[in-house]
Amino acid sequence: MTGLAAADLVPLPVMLPLLAAGVALAFARRPRVQRVVSVVALAGVLAVGVALLVLTDDRTLVVDVGNWAAPIGIDLVADRLSALMVTVSSFVLLCVLLYSLAQGVSEEAEEETSSIPVSIYHPTYLVLAAGVCNAFLAGDLFNLYVGFEILLAASYVLLTLGGTGERIRAGSIYVVVALLSSIVFLIAIALTYAATGTVNLAQLSERLPDVEPGTRLAIQLLLLLAFGIKAAMFPVSAWLPDSYPTAPAPVTAVFAGLLTKVGVYAILRTQTLLFPTDPRIDQGLMWVALLTMLVGILGAVAQDDIKRLLSFTLVSHIGYMLFGIALATQPGTAAAIFYVVHHITVQTALFLVVGLVELRGGSTSLDRLGGLAKLAPGLAILFFIPAMNLAGIPPLSGFLGKLGLVEDGVRTGGFLAYTLVVGSVVTSLLTLYAIVKAWNKAFWQEAPQEIATDARVPRGMVVPTGALVAFGLALTVFAGPLYSYADRAAAALRDGSYVEAVFPDGHDRGVGESNESTPKAGAPTGSANAVDSGEGTP
Amino acid sequence: MHALDTTPAVVLVLAIGVLVTTGVYLLLERSLTRVLIGFILLGNGVNLLLLVAGGRAGGAPILGTTPLWHMSDPLVQAMILTAIVITLGLTAFVLAMAYRSWQLHGHDEVQDDVEDRRIARLAAKNEPSFEDADAVESGETLDDEAARTRDETDDEISKDRTGGGEER
Repeated sequence: MTGLAAADLVPLPVMLPLLAAGVALAFARRPRVQRVVSVVALAGVLAVGVALLVLTDDRTLVVDVGNWAAPIGIDLVADRLSALMVTVSSFVLLCVLLYSLAQGVSEEAEEETSSIPVSIYHPTYLVLAAGVCNAFLAGDLFNLYVGFEILLAASYVLLTLGGTGERIRAGSIYVVVALLSSIVFLIAIALTYAATGTVNLAQLSERLPDVEPGTRLAIQLLLLLAFGIKAAMFPVSAWLPDSYPTAPAPVTAVFAGLLTKVGVYAILRTQTLLFPTDPRIDQGLMWVALLTMLVGILGAVAQDDIKRLLSFTLVSHIGYMLFGIALATQPGTAAAIFYVVHHITVQTALFLVVGLVELRGGSTSLDRLGGLAKLAPGLAILFFIPAMNLAGIPPLSGFLGKLGLVEDGVRTGGFLAYTLVVGSVVTSLLTLYAIVKAWNKAFWQEAPQEIATDARVPRGMVVPTGALVAFGLALTVFAGPLYSYADRAAAALRDGSYVEAVFPDGHDRGVGESNESTPKAGAPTGSANAVDSGEGTP
Repeated sequence: MHALDTTPAVVLVLAIGVLVTTGVYLLLERSLTRVLIGFILLGNGVNLLLLVAGGRAGGAPILGTTPLWHMSDPLVQAMILTAIVITLGLTAFVLAMAYRSWQLHGHDEVQDDVEDRRIARLAAKNEPSFEDADAVESGETLDDEAARTRDETDDEISKDRTGGGEER
């Protein structure tokens, strides 16, 4: 009975924000009700996330939506990785929501062009949260696509809030690129279905190894391209630094923290679950990771606006996660997972702090800011900690994640792995350079022109920012348990427990029951795996 | 099941090819409306691809009306329906965006991003490093052309992004 109750939690991270979005829309004219609804919904998601985090450590939770068993119905699956992502995301979403509430209040007073039309903002934000959680929990390729579309559609609206010229310009590019990536994803789904007769992830992981290698490679590359565009990996990353900085500060923060990570999550999930290890793909991914790191950080060094600078570091640090995935070892994957958690927190915190800087100093251009350390020492501390964390200064969590990656890179050995180790160290140093440049110009040096000293930063914005910065520090303090959790999550990705959880009977039911989706490429032999792994379960 | 079941009809494959080709061509256009039409064509091409992925056509997949072996695959149709709905919603959004762009600028062209414009501006300030074939006729290099690319937000950008540094 407890098992049933535990699994019932799984759909909640999707359901709660969606329901709340409807309620918030119904109360469009009563901003106060909207705020309460949004905060309560996201706090609920966070609570569910924490519960899942604890529960999934024992076993993977599966819910058959509509009570149709797995290959016929759609299922939501929460394993350790999903639970971890849901928890961190919901915490970040909640912090950013609180921040934007305070900002909304402060901006109503002033005449600010970027002020948020609150009535649309809340429902859209909640829909975004639902999309992110859906993508993390999807146990089915098409449901993953739907999750992506939900979050992307919400992100289009959030990015073009207010419809100013600059946002429409950046939004056009962002939307067109995202539409293209969705189309690529859809093509990949069609090919997958044609080759295997299913889109269920667990069933795919049994059938894809038997698909003809050429077809499988095509599917794998198409999926990588689709997710790569979303994750902003190098050749397809140019859209990101251009579009993100134009949005309102809290929106940029949540996009930077979460959206690219959903892409990384999807790459991680599909590469580990669906496809057998393929050295060609891993090597290609390593080159891509290297180029993502270097090109991204060189872009950051050239910037003179903090928001754009941070956007480029965001692209650059996606390279670290790709590096971890490309290593295709358990420690490498664990380091990548740890790095994702660290980066979501730190990058969001930095963007929130930059929002405060903009409020306090009136600009985000490094040519105009200056002397903020004296004017606002608290703000300086809030910037300094996550900035050093991003660069990977030793005791902090950024250092631990990078150390894990570098260690595993050295253990793997070979020319490419060593090149990547060097590349990641260089990127780390250049990140430090870029961040220190921003620090010196904005906080340390004399201001080139007088900064209006009367601007006050509302406490409601400082507290959530501080909470995120503190969470970043907590990741350092509790790095031991977190890292071992990431390690177990990485182990669970490859040991077949995902498939076992979805098909507890131990056999691929799709072959027997759904003759509609009979595999078209001689896949039934794939079910042998499942029988083997399933016999161990009680 | 025989091999014939999974062999798609030539007409469908050709239709997919044509839709995707024209879609990609239009996506490369500059005007947002054309990009949108390209996206719609591309989307329909992919929907057909999904349909083909479901195998051969058959009767309605309802127990009792059609024998099992004669049913068509309902799953792909469900997926196509979902994709159509999503495409519809996004089409409406992009149309709204194109309209807003037209309201603001009098055109709906997707403009160059900030980085491109900065590079073009820097390049235009330097001596053109090479001449291209077009220059012979128009008397203008690619760099010049890039520098005067139509863009209303340019002034604002140069103020915002490059600060006083360049203008001083």
